[in-house]
Amino acid sequence: MRKENKLVKWIMISICALFLFVMLVLPLGYIIYTSLSDGVKSFISSVTDEYTIKAMKLTIITTLWAVGINTVFGLCASWCLTRFDFKGKKVISALIDLPLTISPVIAGLVFLLTYGRQSVLYPLLEKFGISIIFAVPGVIIATIFVTFPYISREIIPVLNSIGTDEEEAAALMGMNGFEIFRKITFPHIRWAFLFGVVLCSARAMGEFGAVSVLSGHLKGLTNTLPLHVEMLYQGYDFTGAFAVSSLLILMAVVILILRNILEKK
Amino acid sequence: MVSLTGYMNKKGQKRVIPGFGLTLGITISMLGIIVLIPLCSLVIYTAKLSPKQFIDIITGKRVLYAYWVSFSTAFVASLINAVMGVIMAWVLVKYEFPGKKIMDGMIELPFALPTAVAGIALTHLTTTDGWIGSLADKAGIKIAYTKTGIIFALVFVGIPFVVRSVQPVLTKMDNSYEEAMEILGATPFRTFRKVIFPEIFPALFGGFTMAFARCLGEYGSVVFIAGNKPFETEIAPLMIMSKLQEFDYTAATSIALLMLITAFVILMINSVIQYKAAKKAK
Repeated sequence: MRKENKLVKWIMISICALFLFVMLVLPLGYIIYTSLSDGVKSFISSVTDEYTIKAMKLTIITTLWAVGINTVFGLCASWCLTRFDFKGKKVISALIDLPLTISPVIAGLVFLLTYGRQSVLYPLLEKFGISIIFAVPGVIIATIFVTFPYISREIIPVLNSIGTDEEEAAALMGMNGFEIFRKITFPHIRWAFLFGVVLCSARAMGEFGAVSVLSGHLKGLTNTLPLHVEMLYQGYDFTGAFAVSSLLILMAVVILILRNILEKK
Repeated sequence: MVSLTGYMNKKGQKRVIPGFGLTLGITISMLGIIVLIPLCSLVIYTAKLSPKQFIDIITGKRVLYAYWVSFSTAFVASLINAVMGVIMAWVLVKYEFPGKKIMDGMIELPFALPTAVAGIALTHLTTTDGWIGSLADKAGIKIAYTKTGIIFALVFVGIPFVVRSVQPVLTKMDNSYEEAMEILGATPFRTFRKVIFPEIFPALFGGFTMAFARCLGEYGSVVFIAGNKPFETEIAPLMIMSKLQEFDYTAATSIALLMLITAFVILMINSVIQYKAAKKAK
C-alpha cells in the first residue's frame, strides 16, 4: 500500500471513531457518570424505588407477551409464506412489514381509535368490563404491534434459502407436521429465530411513542421503564431518571453482545 | 428446478408438506387482529371527516410548520447519515485496525437503546452547560432546544440504516475494478465516483429512505431535545400527541393520515429504484 493511501486510511478511521464516540459512547458514558454522581447510595435508592420496580415488572411482562405472541406468529407466518404458494402471498408479507414504516405515535393513535371511547367496539368492551386504553392490555397490544415483523423477518430468508427438499422427503416418509418442524426445520432456523427474539425484546423493552399514547401515564400501573424515565425527568429528578436509564443501557448492551454472538452462528 | 410443492399446486393436488391450513389460519387471524382491524378503524374514522375539515386541519399554519420542521430535519439528518454511513461501511469493509470489531458491534446501539434514554442523554450533553453544548456555545452554536438539536437526535437514530445496507454490497464487490482503475492512473476520487458509487447507489438510497422514514416518525428521542416551541421546534408526531392530549381525535387523525401517505410514497419511490437497479444488474 502506498504511503498516501495509509494516510487516507487513518484519516477515515479517525473520522468514524470520532463520530461514533460523540454520537454513541459519550451519551452512554454521560448517563452512567451522572447517575453515579450523587453517590452509589442514591443510585441504589432510585433503582430500588417502589415505582421503578413496578415499572420494571410491567416492562418484563410486556416484553414476554410481545416475544411470545410474535414467536407463534413469526413461526406460522414464515412457514406458510415459504413452504406454500398461494394467492395473496405478497399482500400478506407487505402487511407484516407495515408496522415498521408506521410512526410509533401513529400506531398508538390507531389503537386509540380502535378501542377508545368513540369506537364502535367500545360499548361491547364496556359490557364485558374490558379496558384496553389507558390500561395494561393497551400497553401490551401496542408493543406487539411495533415488534410484529421482527421474528418472521429473520426466519423467512433462512427458510427460503434452505429449500423444501428435506421436508418433502420427511413428509413422503410419513412424518407428521410437528415432527417435521421439530426435527428438520427448527435446527436450521434456531439461530435466526433467537436473533429475532433478541431484536424483538430490545424493541419491546424500549418502546416509547406508541406506549406513551396508550398508557395514560398512570404511575405504578401502566408505566413501563421508558415512561418512568420520562416521568422522573419531567419531575426534574435527573439523578433518578439517569439511574433508571442506566438499567436500560445495561439491557441494551447485553442485547448488543447477544446479537453479535448470534450473528456469527 | 421446479419445486415439488409448486408442481403439485398447479395440478391442484394435495400439498406434500403439511400444515398449510393451520399456519395460514393463524397468520391471517393474528394479522387481522393486530394490524388490519386497527388500520381499518383509522380508515373508518377518516371517512367520517369531510374533505373541507381535513384540508382545514392539515393546512393550519402551526401544522404546516410542524411538517416542515419534521421534513427538513429528517432530510438533513438522513443526508448526514448517508455520508457518514458510506465512510463507516468503507472503513469497516476495507481496512484492518485494532478495535474494528467493537466499532462494528456498536453500530446497532441506536436500535437497542430505548429512544427516551437516548433523548435525555443527548439533551443533557448539548445544553449550554453540557459537555458538547458548552463547547458549541463558545463557537456561538446552540444545539439543544433548536432545530440543530433535533437533527442531532435524528442522526443518532438513523446511524445503523445506511451502514448496514451499504456494508454487504462493499463486501461483495470485487477489488479488481479498483485495481484496474488505479493501474490506469485514475485518482482515488475518480475511482470512487465512477466505479464504486454507481455500484453502492441502490443500497445507499435504500438505507437513506429507511432512515428518512424512521426519522419522520421519530418521537421518543426528539421530544426532549426539541424544546417543542410552536413555529420553531415542534415536530409533526408531537402535534399528533398534543392533539390527542386535548382529545381532539379528528385533528390527530388528519395529521397522522398525511404522515402515513408521505411515508408510503417515500417507500414506493424506493421500491421503484430498487426494482430498476435489480433489473439493470441482470
